[in-house]
Amino acid sequence: MRLDDEEHAMLAGELGEPRRWGMEHMLQVGRFFDADDLVPVSQAHMMADTESLGEAGVVFVEQLAAHAAANRKVRIPMITDPRGIDFDHYRTLKQTDAMAALERRAITAFEALGILMTDTCINYQTIMPPVRGEHLAYGDTGVVIYCNSVLGAYSNFEGGPSALAAGLSGRTPRYGLHLDANRKATRRFRVMHEPKGLSDWGALGAIIGQRTGSYWDIPVIEGITTQPTSDDMKHMGAAMASFGSVALFHLVGYTPDAPDIDAVCNPATLTAQDVNEADFAAFFGSYGGRGDKIDIVVFSAPQLSIIEMRQLADLLNGRKVHADTTLLAVTSPQVAVDAERFGISQRIEAAGGLVLKGMCFYQSYAREMALANGWTRLLSNSAKLVNIIGGYGYKPSLASMEDCVESAVAGEIV
Amino acid sequence: MTSIELRCHVGVGPKVDGVALVTDDNFSARYDLDRIKGIFSRPQHKLADESYVDKILVVNTAKGGVASAWMLHEMASRGMAPRAILFNRVNPILAQGAALANMAMCDRFNDGDVTNLIKTGDHVMVQPDIGLVTILRRDDR
Repeated sequence: MRLDDEEHAMLAGELGEPRRWGMEHMLQVGRFFDADDLVPVSQAHMMADTESLGEAGVVFVEQLAAHAAANRKVRIPMITDPRGIDFDHYRTLKQTDAMAALERRAITAFEALGILMTDTCINYQTIMPPVRGEHLAYGDTGVVIYCNSVLGAYSNFEGGPSALAAGLSGRTPRYGLHLDANRKATRRFRVMHEPKGLSDWGALGAIIGQRTGSYWDIPVIEGITTQPTSDDMKHMGAAMASFGSVALFHLVGYTPDAPDIDAVCNPATLTAQDVNEADFAAFFGSYGGRGDKIDIVVFSAPQLSIIEMRQLADLLNGRKVHADTTLLAVTSPQVAVDAERFGISQRIEAAGGLVLKGMCFYQSYAREMALANGWTRLLSNSAKLVNIIGGYGYKPSLASMEDCVESAVAGEIV
Repeated sequence: MTSIELRCHVGVGPKVDGVALVTDDNFSARYDLDRIKGIFSRPQHKLADESYVDKILVVNTAKGGVASAWMLHEMASRGMAPRAILFNRVNPILAQGAALANMAMCDRFNDGDVTNLIKTGDHVMVQPDIGLVTILRRDDR
């Protein structure tokens, strides 16, 4: 790989051991993916919950944080994905003091590196949305697919270690979606059933993700005639990334690189697959569970926007969550402040729900919480969450926000 | 049998050998594993309840989720990881994770679908630095 003088100096350790490690890590990854050089990046976003890091990962970060300030501080604005603990509520969730202690150690180390603990996977709605053409090192697949697709930014999926390497160096290997040649559509879908509501958008993302099934394929979607919202795109993108490892989609007429189909592919050579109403029904039906007692209803993954929080509060107005059912609404620390200021969180909690901030359900020791609380049957309006959570021992079902609330009140899936 | 050499793209991690565990299913450390027990825990996964510890794991591709990048490192630190993972095509996350964990990982095989080329139970040697996977022994069953 070609390196400039500053990159050579970082690799030689002249700017400290943390940056030398970062360069070495990026060269390994760059060689794997045939990168010719590194690209400067303007922001990094890191997934680093302690369930993933474990003791070994926390020790690794603490070792970086022990270096002199001049050598350890990140060189570009760097922010964090949701954490595993909301310190105000971890005992309520029956997370342990040991989990909280590990989380505190990780936070101390990240702060020593100069990282802003934003703890959010909706930074594109709340912190600083990237500009079209901006090269980034973003973690969280939902963040990456949204910023690439809806905002026209350039990022690969960067796992925590690679995002950290990018933050320390201000660079990332130039491969994959940093190259225009890799951003054209390779799969084409025609939607015959307009999504209505967030779970429908999630289902559409899941269906297209399943059919695409590769990081290296780019779907283009036609047939949408109703203006999608940011939350619609958020749920579709997060599900597409979750089910298919997809990091970029084009939605004809709505995303910036696809004003028309010709802008992203040669339509004469790319056959379209239909996504129809029966595909949606089959997708929802694959989870089942109607009539089952419900242990937990979760609104999370991605964290809720202030608009979703208000929708949820409105649906819960004057209702009471069943005594045997737990209802969690998970949002970012930034939205949580507004939600409290507007009285939204208070309305959710008056109905028996619990508002959590700065975490995400599946990044929060979900298996241990299931065992400690006796949770098995989970209901959510997030296609991404129901996809992930089965591996943690839950029986998940997918429904609209309205049906999730009705089920939470009834104590069973309606 | 004589050994069979499979050429692939240059990978990451050290030279290792071990017994293959093969599926045409996909892989995510977050979605599919009970990392404490070292088994596949997702009921729908084709390797459900199988142990992956110390295996040469052979799968189709990687699924979403950036957490696997930290998780491979965490699993390796407890000696509860595969020795190597071979993919038809991997995504960035797993390759990044293998780099941090110093785990052998390769993809892009010249001779076709690696989940057909290697059988569960094969004794396999993986040399990521030169892009070579060798099937050393295969029990005829």
